[in-house]
Amino acid sequence: MAPILSVEHLRISFSHRAGTIEAVDGVSLAVAPAECVGIVGESGAGKTQVFMAVMGLLAGTAQASGSVRFEGHELLAADAQALNRVRGSKLTMIFQDPMTSLTPHLQIGTQLAEVMVAHLGMRWKDAWGCAARMLERVHVPDPKRRLRQYPHELSGGMRQRVMIAMSLLCNPSFVIADEPTTALDVTIQAQIIELLRAVRGEFGVGLVLISHDLAVVAGLADRILVMYAGSVVENALAEELFRHPRHPYTAELLKCIPSISGARLARLPTLVGQPPRAGEVLEACRFAPRCPRAADRCRIERPQLAGSSSSQVACHFPLNT
Amino acid sequence: MSSPLLRVRDLRVEFGAHTVVRGVSFELFAGETVGLVGESGSGKSTLARAILRLLKAVGGSVELLGLDLLKCPAATLREQRRGLQMVFQDPLASLNPRMTVGEAIAEPLKIFEPGLNANSRLGQVSAMLERVGLSAGMAGRYPHEFSGGQCQRIGIARAMILSPKLLICDEIVSSLDVSIQGQILNLLLDLQRETGMALLFISHNLAVVRHLSHRVLVMYLGKLVEMAPCEALFASPIHPYTRALLAAVPHIARDAEGAVARPLRAAPTLPAALAEPTQPAALAAPILPAAPAEASMTPRLMAAGCAFRDRCPYALPVCETSEPPLLEVAPGHWAACHRSHETLIPLSCAS
Amino acid sequence: MAGSARETLRVVGLADEAARRLRSNPAAVAAVAVLCVIVVLTWLGPWISPNDSQTLDWLHIAARPGMQSSHWFGTDRLGRDLFVRTLAGTRVSIAIGLAASVISLLVGVSYGAIAGYSGGRTDHLMMRLIEILSGLPLIFFVIFLTVIFGRSEYLLFFAIGAVGWLTMARIVRGQTLSIRQREFIEAAIASGASTGRIIFRHVVPNVVGPVIVYATLTVPQIILFESFLSFLGLGIQEPGASLGTLIAEGAGEMEVAPWILLVPGGFLAVLLLSLNIFGDGLRDALDVKDD
Repeated sequence: MAPILSVEHLRISFSHRAGTIEAVDGVSLAVAPAECVGIVGESGAGKTQVFMAVMGLLAGTAQASGSVRFEGHELLAADAQALNRVRGSKLTMIFQDPMTSLTPHLQIGTQLAEVMVAHLGMRWKDAWGCAARMLERVHVPDPKRRLRQYPHELSGGMRQRVMIAMSLLCNPSFVIADEPTTALDVTIQAQIIELLRAVRGEFGVGLVLISHDLAVVAGLADRILVMYAGSVVENALAEELFRHPRHPYTAELLKCIPSISGARLARLPTLVGQPPRAGEVLEACRFAPRCPRAADRCRIERPQLAGSSSSQVACHFPLNT
Repeated sequence: MSSPLLRVRDLRVEFGAHTVVRGVSFELFAGETVGLVGESGSGKSTLARAILRLLKAVGGSVELLGLDLLKCPAATLREQRRGLQMVFQDPLASLNPRMTVGEAIAEPLKIFEPGLNANSRLGQVSAMLERVGLSAGMAGRYPHEFSGGQCQRIGIARAMILSPKLLICDEIVSSLDVSIQGQILNLLLDLQRETGMALLFISHNLAVVRHLSHRVLVMYLGKLVEMAPCEALFASPIHPYTRALLAAVPHIARDAEGAVARPLRAAPTLPAALAEPTQPAALAAPILPAAPAEASMTPRLMAAGCAFRDRCPYALPVCETSEPPLLEVAPGHWAACHRSHETLIPLSCAS
Repeated sequence: MAGSARETLRVVGLADEAARRLRSNPAAVAAVAVLCVIVVLTWLGPWISPNDSQTLDWLHIAARPGMQSSHWFGTDRLGRDLFVRTLAGTRVSIAIGLAASVISLLVGVSYGAIAGYSGGRTDHLMMRLIEILSGLPLIFFVIFLTVIFGRSEYLLFFAIGAVGWLTMARIVRGQTLSIRQREFIEAAIASGASTGRIIFRHVVPNVVGPVIVYATLTVPQIILFESFLSFLGLGIQEPGASLGTLIAEGAGEMEVAPWILLVPGGFLAVLLLSLNIFGDGLRDALDVKDD
């Protein structure tokens, strides 16, 4: 089956007076229809930038090369008009902080209805009605009252539900969720993850879930991509990734996550050093400075992503082979 | 039982019409680590600031070795500050952007040891920088030249330079990458081992709190709802909020050696054995209802009754009318729930 | 979270960054050049010209500007060389402008920082005082003082001083209010710093940006105000000269000898314009908006 979204050799750099920063360095990925892919990485990994490029939301100082194809159409070089045909309707995004992604001075209902009026040519009255029905589907109680409220009158979790509703209004085939639960409390996070799972089942959308939290992604993703310093280091089915992580970074990351069950540790596992800041001159393998298995080859030669369709890794000495 | 280092009694903090901290009492002993968990709106950060008198409390007392910090004159308070320090959540924002890192660390020395000459001060600053894992040569740089993790080390250095008896950590690793959280926490553990200081560790991350704390306090909407030794809290939580909180944490199962066995799906359900026998199974669902409030402090909540009743799967009519007091349900294990005697069933975290 | 692509490059110092932005602003660069020329002229001019500002040249009363005589910019009613007089006047105006700005800076910053940091009653009272002083019709105030104390340059300083610091105090207070919320202030309090230390060691260094900009814009305001007072006859008196007095003289001769007005007027206009453009450029350069 042809992938609904395919990214090939995506490179993103930001030009600045002091030089050029490579934020994303040759990322390729493909998402099948109705598949849920988790993108995991820490700060500087470039995971958000990849999807900013997909949505055409890169900053003005950014330069992107490579290819981004959605449902067969090239998006990377497309003009605003072509992009607007798919953005917001077929290809939608849920952002991290719902407080700043909703317009503070417009009512919720206006913001929701606007999407349908703009993309589907609906009348305002009908759009308002559709918005109320969608709010019900995302379990927002008393939707008619909520429609007339302003963003600041809603709690964080409620706002995120509104954002999810907004992303579903035009029956998208693909939804990108960028750290949708990071700004929320743990108990609300659980609800939102549940909601995303339900939405995926009901609407059959392809879903990309970006997160720095492997555990959050574990609950939803069929496949997980691990990114580090601008490139993909591992791409595997979720079960495989957790059971047999192949890249040392993935393995170490899994160890670093403290658990609330199992033995209490006297010292918390951690990685030495810190994630490389974008723009730093880096070792050939970007993870080499922090890798417990690094050898000379790692410091000279950059490993390429290789492997089978179920599991790929970019490492000279992968684990669990 | 030795006398406590810190004794908080009935502390109340109000912001206008809202009571953000509602009569919190607890004790903290020298050398121990107390974890304080809660979500947004729980009042935990406000509590910390009220203890340090960075905010005004409207009632209650905070006794540091017997001296009430809330009522003593400003000069005495300042003197006491050398023994009671804090590390803040946002590592970069807690450093003055116009001061070099060395100056920031040296400031407590300048304030409390004015007799010290510049050379010895510099020596102590350098030693402290090395102690927190940075190099002494970094003293002349400015905060924006460092990463989040490094800034947090600087914040710790500044707080530790006078060897405080109590260190309050307010979400100190929440804004840091997972792969380096351990570095900061291990540093904290080392420092504690060396100096014997007490630690009040505030976090919403239960897993981290579990590894650090001797005792854990759980707050909800300004009240202390549960207080227990760490193992007891995680093994057999009593208060329904604590149980829901633990169940909601997405986690990955481990086997005996600590390696990952298999991921748990993030939709945990309490095992059937824990469901209240008198309640239908549906109510045992730990995923709290969205409807009645994600914790908003409506004035109604300040009236009688338990603050958690709107979201509690086990609520009874008595919960509407009478606020449950914090009672010792088992040795050292306190909970504020009318049904605490009923729900003493160990929670196992296996599959 | 720290680590976004743009953070790395902030290693470049804030001051260097500001200087660079200023340099890339052509209007600001031109303004700075003009100011330099003016300053150089005011100090060196008297040496270039064969005349001085006091000598009365009876042969060239109200002479036209021209290269034939030594009076390049002409002379005034009393035969004094306009070029040198204007330069002297400019020197006085700039000196007053700078001195009064520095004073208003020191007083305004301290006052505003203390008011903003203290909050509550203290802030309330301090701001009411500012509002009262702002509300005073200043010219009447100056006239009133002149009537009581007679004309003097000290009065001029006092009047200007009474005005200059007010807006600076307001600006600094506003900045202080927002800085007060920031975590590093909390951290300083938690470290045991005294209020004085916090205000002068933590708050003030962080309000430097808007303060510098406003200070630069205060200088032309003060010069203009001084000129106005002198024009009214309330400030600098004969035989001293400031741009204001020169303009006052020139106004009287406008129909017959317009250059007596135009020369000092032109200098004043160019001076003020350059200072304002420079101030604007400085504001743009320092106004680093992070994403």
